[in-house]
Amino acid sequence: MSWETVIGLEVHCQINTKTKAFCGCSTEFGAEPNTQTCPVCLGMPGQLPVLNMVAVDKSILTGLAIGAKINLESKFDRKNYFYPDLPKGYQISQFAVPIVEGGHIDIPTKDGEKRLGVTRIHMEEDAGKSMHEGLDAVSHIDLNRSGVPLMEIVSEPDMRSADEAIAYLKQLHQLIRFLEVSGADMEKGQFRCDANVSVRRPGEPFGTRTELKNMNSFRFIKQAIEYEALRQIEVIEDGGEVIQESRLWDSVKNESRSMRSKEEAHDYRYFPEPDLPPLRVSQAEIDAIKAGMPELPGQLRKRFEVEFGLSPYDADVLSQTRLIAGWYESLVAAHPADPKRCANWLANELLGRLKEANLDIADSPVSAISLAGLLDRIADNTISGKIAKDVLDFMMSSSKDADAIIEEKGLKQVSDSGAIDTIIKEVMDANPDQVAGYRGGKDKLMGFFVGQVMKASKGQANPGMVNQRLKELLKG
Amino acid sequence: MPFSSLSEIRSRLDAGETTAVEVAQLYLDRIAAHNDALNAFVHIDNAHVLAQAEASDKYRSEHDARPLEGLPIAVKDIFCTQDGPTRCCSKILKDFHAPYDAQVITHLKEAGAVLVGKTNMDEFAMGSSNETSAFGPCRNPWDTDTIPGGSSGGSAAAVAAALTPAALGTDTGGSIRQPASLTGITGLKPTYGRVSRRGIIAFASSLDQAGPMTRTVKDTAMITAAISGHDSGDATSVDNAPAVDWLGACDATDMKGLKIGRPKEYFIEGMDSEVRASVETALEKCKELGAEIVDISLPHTKYAVAAYYVIAPSEASANLSRYDSVRFGHRCDNPEDLLDMYTRSRDEGFGSEVKRRILTGAFALSSGYYDAYYLKAQQVRTLIQQDFIRAFETVDIIATPTSPVTAFKLGEKTDDPLTMYLSDIYTIAVNLAGLPGLSQPCGFANDMPVGLQWIAPAWREDSILSAASAYEAATDWTTRVPAQFGGES
Repeated sequence: MSWETVIGLEVHCQINTKTKAFCGCSTEFGAEPNTQTCPVCLGMPGQLPVLNMVAVDKSILTGLAIGAKINLESKFDRKNYFYPDLPKGYQISQFAVPIVEGGHIDIPTKDGEKRLGVTRIHMEEDAGKSMHEGLDAVSHIDLNRSGVPLMEIVSEPDMRSADEAIAYLKQLHQLIRFLEVSGADMEKGQFRCDANVSVRRPGEPFGTRTELKNMNSFRFIKQAIEYEALRQIEVIEDGGEVIQESRLWDSVKNESRSMRSKEEAHDYRYFPEPDLPPLRVSQAEIDAIKAGMPELPGQLRKRFEVEFGLSPYDADVLSQTRLIAGWYESLVAAHPADPKRCANWLANELLGRLKEANLDIADSPVSAISLAGLLDRIADNTISGKIAKDVLDFMMSSSKDADAIIEEKGLKQVSDSGAIDTIIKEVMDANPDQVAGYRGGKDKLMGFFVGQVMKASKGQANPGMVNQRLKELLKG
Repeated sequence: MPFSSLSEIRSRLDAGETTAVEVAQLYLDRIAAHNDALNAFVHIDNAHVLAQAEASDKYRSEHDARPLEGLPIAVKDIFCTQDGPTRCCSKILKDFHAPYDAQVITHLKEAGAVLVGKTNMDEFAMGSSNETSAFGPCRNPWDTDTIPGGSSGGSAAAVAAALTPAALGTDTGGSIRQPASLTGITGLKPTYGRVSRRGIIAFASSLDQAGPMTRTVKDTAMITAAISGHDSGDATSVDNAPAVDWLGACDATDMKGLKIGRPKEYFIEGMDSEVRASVETALEKCKELGAEIVDISLPHTKYAVAAYYVIAPSEASANLSRYDSVRFGHRCDNPEDLLDMYTRSRDEGFGSEVKRRILTGAFALSSGYYDAYYLKAQQVRTLIQQDFIRAFETVDIIATPTSPVTAFKLGEKTDDPLTMYLSDIYTIAVNLAGLPGLSQPCGFANDMPVGLQWIAPAWREDSILSAASAYEAATDWTTRVPAQFGGES
């Protein structure tokens, strides 16, 4: 009998506010340790939290984007535990009444779209960072991260495979970046995932779950879930019982191990945070946030397909981020004749080059207007597509536009039939055997001649004319 | 002069009859002479006090005087101040210097006050007798064998013995009013949210409120006017709180038309009969002044102490978690590991009453007990709030004894926490309901001061000030001075 894996995910996502959740300290990543702290986020005596309303608005926006209910009154609670990087000895979180409840994420599967439930999104503050590795035998604490606002996005146990879990995470990750509510940079810990995994025979009630922690890439999450499902099946098939526990993923050994039960035996003693009154938001505020909501990736993808005739693949690539989508629309506006050419050149050529140069589209040395200028030259046959790729390379490293580079490098396409004929004759004279072969019926040799002529013209001959003239002249 | 009120000192300063420096020196001399007998102050820096007084005199010579210009005010050791240590009378903060002023300290400075020093208190404000202080007990100026009440015992004793004309305290379950009552002075706990809590070391966040402890009602009004107001740095401080004509409210000389509620639950078996007699006499005086006394019932009063001793320790158990020896505060020697560092540092740093409350609170919040304790206590709190709302439908103000007994002997109740907890039986409900409450002297029982407590609806401190002013004007209790400290200049 087969086994079914059941997965629920908890994503901790750093909300990209300028200042922390409850004080005015900067949230900038990468500063010298403990330089972005104040008495509030250091948990000094008598200091009080004041809620950052930008974090609230971004949580609401996220909730609206997944079709969730926004609670007009939500509450903050204290989650109590001792750890040196938790200055107050409690974390301010939302336990009993979160700001967002319900909602869903749709993922593509081979059987069509599958709708996965989101239980809730609540706001909380991050802890600092403990560093136990070092030259000396002491631990170091960096409290720059202490008090940085987080959204915890909790899914229903709706996923049935590691692939579905990854698809959910990718959709969520894209959505969050699209909404610009988080940098969601996994390497910077801005998008962290815990997975609850259990196995069961199909149709049976849920099995005992374990919680997998410390997975900071999609690849590790997939590996960890698959490993854990197999481990649990093995335990059960050997007549054992799965223990409810937290397990830490070791990405070096490719295995998970149980966290010590001591760390596990937490009673967080949640109770309402008396320093913060209940958070009330009005329907009018929610409506205003809704009105400012950008077009979501799914909507954009569909529009690109319908409006511009793009392939699903191109539409997907170009709706990855709001910046790319906006860039694409600017490009089409500047080169309206051929949206598909725009898509192709942005998705395949420019983004590829940017990736190689490790640049974000925001830092692209080539603007949408200047790329459109290049595409115009392809459209009016000034240069071939092949030459255009070389021109784009030059554009990447200089601030010159396409026309200047074409002029400067003498890359203008040769469309003069006399000049093309001269080259063709030279090629034919140099390759009498092939000429005879072609005339004897080997049509395939046409490609050889085109290649030779283009090569002789340094790629500048107009390929259409080369084809046409070759056919003419080879007839003899 | 030493037993003058703030407003009298203010008049003399305004008239040029004295200077802030002279005033400051007078009280510094009295502190030097008497603090050993009382242990009211746990920190005093003469040079710093005189420097502030000099600055005030200079300010007065160049500008219009500010509301508290040149007036000495002592503050409980619970208020964070950039100057000097802030230790909450706990060993765990023995070396702590706050890098910031509490918002109320900022207000006092801006009003021109001269901050006199830090006064003794129960450790982390947990106590009703000032006996849990890590700096030793404070004594009652009326009888130095007795306690001054708590937790703001040092502030109370300092004002009662005229080591300062006024002081700030905090009140979580009666910590301003009960010591005010036991030392024969006036003390106000404002409406919750009236005064910023920022920079005041938290005991129970939903109950804590700072307030003045003074010789007269008007002095209380002067200080409350200076320290109250919305603070954007305290989310529980209320924006647009109804304004009060603080000083104007103190002009009342009668109680014509005032309906005073007399809750039967506050006049019960077990209370000191002389205390009861004093308070009943005071109510008779109110009648003479034109008030109508209405018998009322606050039926859930009997559950207040129990609810308080769940809610306050629960909040405290979390509020005191930050004293973990990681960033500041006492750390044990040579910890073996993290757990050892936590447990030993906290064991060494906290006194037994603080530990008792942390344990009580942690227990009440534990999974499996939360519903039976914390949640139930919050429900009781709502019922108590409703009791008051209902009562204020028929009366303007409520009058009760502040404490069922007068000051007791040092050590008398230290081994019996439950009896000690009952010291606050008349004050606790006011905190649970978030209401303003004031204690003023209304006589003597067993030769020790007795306090009369006024309770008003939220934001109606003006009703309290008017009633208390009228009562004060018709009696002479505020002129009484403890003999041992009254003789000299």
